[in-house]
Formats: sequence, structure tokens, C-alpha cells
Amino acid sequence: MPLTDSLRDDILASVPSLRAFAISLSGNGDRADDLVQETLLRAIANIDSFQPGSNLPAWLFTILRNLFRSDYRKRRREVEDAEGNYAKTLKTQPSQGAHLEFEEFRAALEKLPQDQREALILVGASGFSYEDAAAICGCAVGTIKSRVNRARSKLSALLYVEGAEDFGPDETVRAVIGGNGG
Amino acid sequence: MKEVKKQGGLNAEIQSRIGHQLRAMYDDVVRQGVPDRFAELIRKLDGPEAAAAQIDDKNDGRD
Repeated sequence: MPLTDSLRDDILASVPSLRAFAISLSGNGDRADDLVQETLLRAIANIDSFQPGSNLPAWLFTILRNLFRSDYRKRRREVEDAEGNYAKTLKTQPSQGAHLEFEEFRAALEKLPQDQREALILVGASGFSYEDAAAICGCAVGTIKSRVNRARSKLSALLYVEGAEDFGPDETVRAVIGGNGG
Repeated sequence: MKEVKKQGGLNAEIQSRIGHQLRAMYDDVVRQGVPDRFAELIRKLDGPEAAAAQIDDKNDGRD
């Protein structure tokens, strides 16, 4: 469809979640923004192939994921970034304890296989249905469900296998989300 | 020491915490909104040809 003003607005409205997805995939804020920029350029270059009325966010996420897979993943291996890059992208500075818990979570997430990580993020954070996530990843719905389950099991084992007392207090979670959780 | 259930489904409290942390991490970025560079980029692109041209430029500059 043509690039109307309302379509531009819709694309812009997806940018915050595209960035969050890109950072979750790449673990690096600067690289993630390059990925988002490339996604936007490709989306607009191919806007004629977007079906009016279909799911625009899912279409954009598909482009971003494919770009990441084809290009960014191999480049990421070349430049191993220092710990804490993700934290630099944060506006709010969580308290020390919350920061530690947050870093542990991020590090555990990075240990997941790529397939599982993206499935978990799409369903658990981006809020896509299993069906949309399957379309974005180009696989069956059952495959997505199984990847999400395996991702949850593995995170659980990495973070909490020693027992529930390892949990930070609820306050740390609230601090991380900027006080909106209480 | 509390034990995590290994079989027949994961401990519900742990799953709830994982979900919570995942969304907290993600939403922290979402709340940053749209950086100016992306708003400008989308405003100034006339259409598909302009976007394609920028992709070509970028790839030329790459190794």
C-alpha cells in the first residue's frame, strides 16, 4: 500500500517495541538502533508488499528478525561487547540490588539458544499471540510453544534452581520497572 | 530449603517472576519512546525509492 501519513504514524508507533525487541536480541543498544533503522528503511522500501489491514507490527518484527539473523548475528560474534551494555540503554538507574538482579536476568537470557530467546520475548514481552510469533519466526505454532516452554525451564534453572530464597525482594523488581509496578 | 518442582510443570511463582522480569526489561526500552532520529527518518522519506536508495548507500559504505 502507498506510504500514507497514517501508515507513517503506525510505523512510528511500532518503533519503541521494535527497539526493545532489537535490544533483547542483540544485547547492545547501539547495534539495536542500527538494526531498527535498517528495518524501517526496508519496510518503507517494500511498503508495496504490505497488505493493508494485516498486522503491521508483526510484519515489521519479521523484517527485523530476518535482518538480525542474516547479518547482525555473525557480526555480533566478531565484537564481543562488554557486560553492562544493556544497562547503558536504560533511562532509570535501578538501585544496586535491583541492578544486580537485572543483570543476572539479562545474562541468563543471553545464555538461551537464539530460537528460544526470540520465542520467549515475542510471546512473553512483546505480547504477540503464539500464532503471530510463529508467523514472525516462520515456524509452526507448536514449535513456538515448545520453544517458549524450554526457554522458561532453562531460565528457571539458570536463575532459581537453588531455591526460592534466591529471589530478590519484590522491591527490586519494582525499582527496575521504575515504580510503576506497585 | 524450598525445592523447585522439576516435573509436571514449573513452579508457578518462579514463572511469574520470570515473566515479570522479562516485561520489566522490555518495557524499560519501550518507555523511552521514539528517538528523534527515527521520527526524522520516517518523516523525510518520500516513499519506497528514497528508502531503497538509502539502503544502497549504506551497503556501499560497508566492507
